Amino acid sequence: MHDVLLGIIAAAIVASGGGATALLVRVRRMKQELTGGGTDTQAPPQTGPGQTRSGPSRPAAPTRPTAPSRPGAGTRPAGAAPPKAPTRPPTGRPTQAPPTPTGAPTEAGVPTEAAPTEAPTEAEAPPVEVEEAPLPGAVARPRLRERLGKARSLFGGYLTAVRSRDRIDADTWDDLEEGLILADVGVEATEAILDDLRKMAKAENLSSPDQLIDRLRTDLIDRLAGDRELHLDKGETNVWLFVGVNGVGKTTTIGKLGRRERLNGHEVVMAAGDTFRAAAADQLALWAERAGATIIRGNEGGDPGAVIFDAVQHAAARKADLVLGDTAGRLHTKVNLMEELKKVRRVAEREPGHVTEVLLVIDATTGQNGLIQARQFADAVNVTGVVLTKLDGTAKGGIVLAIQQELGIPIKLVGVGESVDDLIEFDPVEFVDALVSPEV
Amino acid sequence: MFESLTDRFDAVFSRLRGKGRLSEADVDQALREIRLALLQADVNLRVVRDFVSRVREQLVGTDLSQSLTPGQQVVKVVHDELRNILGGETLKVTYASRPPTVILLAGLQGAGKTTVAGSLAAWFKKREGRNPMLVGADLQRPAAVEQLRILGAEAGVPVFSEPSDPVTVAKKGVEEAVRTGRDVVIVDTAGRLSIDADLMEEVRRISEVVEPHYTFLVIDAMTGQDAVNTAEAFHRTLELDGVILTKVDGDARGGAALSVKEVVGRPIVFTSTGEKQGDFDLFHPDRMADRILGMGDVLSLIEKAEAVVDQAEAEQAMSRLQEGQFTLEDFLDQMQQLKKMGPLSGLVGMLPGLPKEVRNAEIDDDAMRPIEAIIHSMTPEERRNPSMINGSRRSRIAKGSGTTTAEVNGLLDRFKQMQSYMRQMSNLPGIGRRMGKASTKSARKQSKKAKRRGR
Repeated sequence: MHDVLLGIIAAAIVASGGGATALLVRVRRMKQELTGGGTDTQAPPQTGPGQTRSGPSRPAAPTRPTAPSRPGAGTRPAGAAPPKAPTRPPTGRPTQAPPTPTGAPTEAGVPTEAAPTEAPTEAEAPPVEVEEAPLPGAVARPRLRERLGKARSLFGGYLTAVRSRDRIDADTWDDLEEGLILADVGVEATEAILDDLRKMAKAENLSSPDQLIDRLRTDLIDRLAGDRELHLDKGETNVWLFVGVNGVGKTTTIGKLGRRERLNGHEVVMAAGDTFRAAAADQLALWAERAGATIIRGNEGGDPGAVIFDAVQHAAARKADLVLGDTAGRLHTKVNLMEELKKVRRVAEREPGHVTEVLLVIDATTGQNGLIQARQFADAVNVTGVVLTKLDGTAKGGIVLAIQQELGIPIKLVGVGESVDDLIEFDPVEFVDALVSPEV
Repeated sequence: MFESLTDRFDAVFSRLRGKGRLSEADVDQALREIRLALLQADVNLRVVRDFVSRVREQLVGTDLSQSLTPGQQVVKVVHDELRNILGGETLKVTYASRPPTVILLAGLQGAGKTTVAGSLAAWFKKREGRNPMLVGADLQRPAAVEQLRILGAEAGVPVFSEPSDPVTVAKKGVEEAVRTGRDVVIVDTAGRLSIDADLMEEVRRISEVVEPHYTFLVIDAMTGQDAVNTAEAFHRTLELDGVILTKVDGDARGGAALSVKEVVGRPIVFTSTGEKQGDFDLFHPDRMADRILGMGDVLSLIEKAEAVVDQAEAEQAMSRLQEGQFTLEDFLDQMQQLKKMGPLSGLVGMLPGLPKEVRNAEIDDDAMRPIEAIIHSMTPEERRNPSMINGSRRSRIAKGSGTTTAEVNGLLDRFKQMQSYMRQMSNLPGIGRRMGKASTKSARKQSKKAKRRGR
């Protein structure tokens, strides 16, 4: 199977314009590694007997911009679509779903424009509503500093050693590097930041470690500048979608945000768009209760798009201005699931739905994979902001720096606990201060 | 852009061929690359330091003179060291002489404990033929017990819980297991922060009352530098017996596995590779080592391909390719199969050893679309015999596919190139059927050449 696989991939890559000769060398080497390093001592094809160097130059590849997609920089073209998302069988979610013949011209389960009331998930039960009891007075929102009190002290703490030295030396830079890497900022991002800092130190004649650290601090804060606002247009049925991989805290965040927006005077409808995971809708229902929001749910194993659609319809009918759409956790590597997510977003956009935020929920404990997640989700559904969760733990969440820098996606919210009030706005100053303070 | 470790080592060592033993300076260079690769893989900084110094000992004095691929040799040293750390002793679950065998699951929020509990129960029941029971002691997260009940039903395993408090539930759960003659009981607990003193005390008390035979830390494969903090804290409190790594079906390099193994010193026992109960397997240290080094999880890639690509068709296509009978139709089929495996750029990421130019050449899935359109606009005869496609046919095809004649020409040229390259490739030793003879023949040729140069 190896050969076949390699052959196919090689073919695809060549066809799409990638360099072929180099590829051949690599493919051969990879084969070696796979088969336990056979004694292939033949030199690359160029020097082999009877083999000419690849004559024609590399075929002109259709050039595509290499810049990472910026928010709002155009969604995937809707035409000539990739294979239809296979419908997920109700009993389980196959990790590789072979396309099932749906037979129907429209995507299964999603109501067409002509008959919006034919959503199969809503055929039986009316939407589950929650009594909207008057809410007690709002709790003063916690500051990040308070939440992190147990875990760490302020910025000054960690780098006391650095500050205490009377000059900037190699150790200084090592300590700074260590601090940033340990915070999951990532090796490359750390190098870039410290390179810039070196230049700034030179240009601004910084001589003491104190000055250096202060400069780093302001630099990091600048890098995190962005649009923090959660957009809500008056008079519209706004939809905020929550996406992300499994276990990051999407549902909990919706609960907290729902409550916050209720306190802000909005009427909130929660859509239990996670139709896959066992008891996911039950989980959201409990949050709806805590938040004083309505919940719209469908059948387990049903179509998530249909649930979102129903929630939007329901909200519009009641003139509720905010729909919070939960989606199932999904690894960005699963093609069929990412296709499903794209579909959900499209459905959410249908009149009268108005998607004003697509929030990617990222766990603060995530390492470098967080950047890849962000890239893939942004590519698929145009992420407008990040919610960084579980920052009340020991993890620093430094990966958001790279997400902001490379993808231009701002962090809008921070989760700092499991209770309904544990949601705060992202504050770059507090975040940076906490980023490089010591662990317990 | 990402470059494989092998490539980087090659750059470092290419000038060392025939030089003799590796000096300290040479080794330092290699170690910088190793450090970089491991950090990029999320291995904890301190663990990287220790690892690197161990590898340094092994590398200094290594004789590279005989090796024509010194980069590979160095990678092997690193890979083997990694694999040995990750593997080492494996944990074989042995059952308590007086049942039930109690298993306690602990970890951070969202790690996947509840899902693992279900999978573990199914594993014990179906693969080990046991009679397990689940205890839902997560009373914190809304609907956690509901979730466990549904998973239990799926596995055909009873679930015990009650709305009291976690310690009481755990205790009563085990008592219930004893009463009903269960031989394995799996206790699911709430996710908790390692720095939450109250909750860590709670899980310690749970452990005290249930007296687990096995305590497993459930940890997410995408965890970054913080993995060591979590592992250390849970180990201090509970004395772990092993680790279960979850969400391994993602593309995180998984350095957390190494970090946790190093600080806890207990084996990684299982991996969860999906959301279904069957997506649960014993840990493979070899694959993890590959992955951490950025060597691509090629075995998983192959498994993926096997699941998605029709093997028989693919093999037929391959042999047609090697015999020069591969048509555009075949090409279209294979590309469509390939698409099922995931975005092409994602796949490319899984292939070790791809040089920068290839990666950066924008392996764009969108690039496939016009190609498909062009092939679709051809007649079956044209697909089978592209050499008959003259000027007027080209413009017809371009019009029909909404592309330009330039693009059609481009595809046809590339396809011809591809055919000839594939033929060449099948002639290379190691690929296709002619493995044995050709490689030794060229090996002899090479060493003769080397001798002539007086090495």
